[in-house]
Amino acid sequence: MKALTQMLTRLGRGSLFLIKILAGIPQLFLRFRLVVQQLHSVGVQTLMITLVAGLFVGMVLALQLYYTLSTFGAEDTLGMVVDLALVRELGPVVAALLFAGRAGSALTAEIGLMKATEQLSGLEMMAVDPVNRIIAPRFLAGFISMPLLAAIFSAVGILGGYSVGVDLLGVDSGAFWSQIQDKVDFYDDVLNGVIKSFVFGFIVSWIAVFEGYDCIPTSEGVSRATTRTVVHSSLAVLGMDFVLTAIMYQ
Amino acid sequence: MTQALIQIRNLHFSRGQNKIFDGIDMDISAGRITAIMGPSGTGKTTLLKMIGGQLHPEAGEVIVDGQNVHRLKRSELYQLRKKMGMLFQSGALLTDLTVFENIAYPLREHTNLSESMIYSMVLIKLQAVGLSAAHTLMPAELSGGMARRVALARALALDPMMIMYDEPFTGQDPISLGVLVKLIQETNSALKLTSIMVSHDVNETMSIADDVKIISQGKVVAAGTRQEIEQSDSAWVRQFIDGQADGPVPFHYPGETIEQQLMKVTK
Repeated sequence: MKALTQMLTRLGRGSLFLIKILAGIPQLFLRFRLVVQQLHSVGVQTLMITLVAGLFVGMVLALQLYYTLSTFGAEDTLGMVVDLALVRELGPVVAALLFAGRAGSALTAEIGLMKATEQLSGLEMMAVDPVNRIIAPRFLAGFISMPLLAAIFSAVGILGGYSVGVDLLGVDSGAFWSQIQDKVDFYDDVLNGVIKSFVFGFIVSWIAVFEGYDCIPTSEGVSRATTRTVVHSSLAVLGMDFVLTAIMYQ
Repeated sequence: MTQALIQIRNLHFSRGQNKIFDGIDMDISAGRITAIMGPSGTGKTTLLKMIGGQLHPEAGEVIVDGQNVHRLKRSELYQLRKKMGMLFQSGALLTDLTVFENIAYPLREHTNLSESMIYSMVLIKLQAVGLSAAHTLMPAELSGGMARRVALARALALDPMMIMYDEPFTGQDPISLGVLVKLIQETNSALKLTSIMVSHDVNETMSIADDVKIISQGKVVAAGTRQEIEQSDSAWVRQFIDGQADGPVPFHYPGETIEQQLMKVTK
């Protein structure tokens, strides 16, 4: 019962915190430089892990699916199946998990350490709202970066699938691309994947900044908050993926 | 009698079961250096955070410059904070900005000064703390004493009416200590500031404070001018000023005696 009360209290605090962040976002358009700086540290610095992971996921997908599809003589549909798996599910979900591990944890640790070293209090005492200047730009940068990273993940994954399917396993190049063009629907598949990645970006960024801001300002507190960011946002992404998939593809 | 810039009335505050303030009353005079002293964990820093409006009391009020800090709207509180400078124990410099940018930060946030004007003002503030040549350094490249001097320059950036110092002397080598003592004293008299200094470094604090308040176990146990405190024969004051291990603040943490605890083992 006590644990439930604590959980609900934190959820309430987190929701109020989110409202404060959202209220501070319009002001950011006057100081967009702050968002651009964060887009670099949150988005660009997550690019390498996203590219490498996307490439390997696409390659493995192609390998696995080729052997299954070839038993039905349906190797030509490889491009379509790899593409659907990536844009509908794996792109948004795996990119979000990587984003939580790389950028989410870094955001929590950075904000938590700023709290532990009294930098946030220092801003407060300079009459500068840390939610507007520190938290909101990071949240917005995470929200913007996530769909872009998911799109890059899917694009690179398809190229990885192509290199294995066409170059290594001998699937016809024309069939690979034409199946994608023919069977992958922009609204049902691509757009739904983009919506998912926006939702995941929102959730991971929210959890990451809240955990940092709400952490106990000690080294142990920051370490625990960082772990919670990765665990909670990964679980939230997977749970939300199920809910969104159920709604989108019913 | 100097007018009180800060009036604290019947302040109560707890952290969980631990009562930090149990009805504190205090007046802090304008234009003077007031030292708030007391053993570790008595809530000295908490008191500064209450004055700055970062923490809310359970009861009582803090009036700064005629305004009740905890009844102000957020925008009004921020207006008041522009007139308060605070020097944190760690310096609290923004680690991703240079020394120059740290001091320019409040000026950029709250004024429309031109870049050339900001440049001049920042260098003047840094010159006052002896670090104008260090304006390109990052906070990680500064020693603890230098970081506090930069933080002092930043606290002075908006020309506040008062400055709060949170443990300014802790962990400093003798030279840095001497520099900080000199800076605090000179800044206060040159700029006609009101300074509140929270510290448990008796010698350094007593050397520059005009007024001294000693708090312990949630109450103000002694208050007066420096001379009055130095000559006081109160057991609280003597224990703190002379550094006696036992006295009104007991050597043993309150609770069961060792005999009672040992008896439990043998039962």
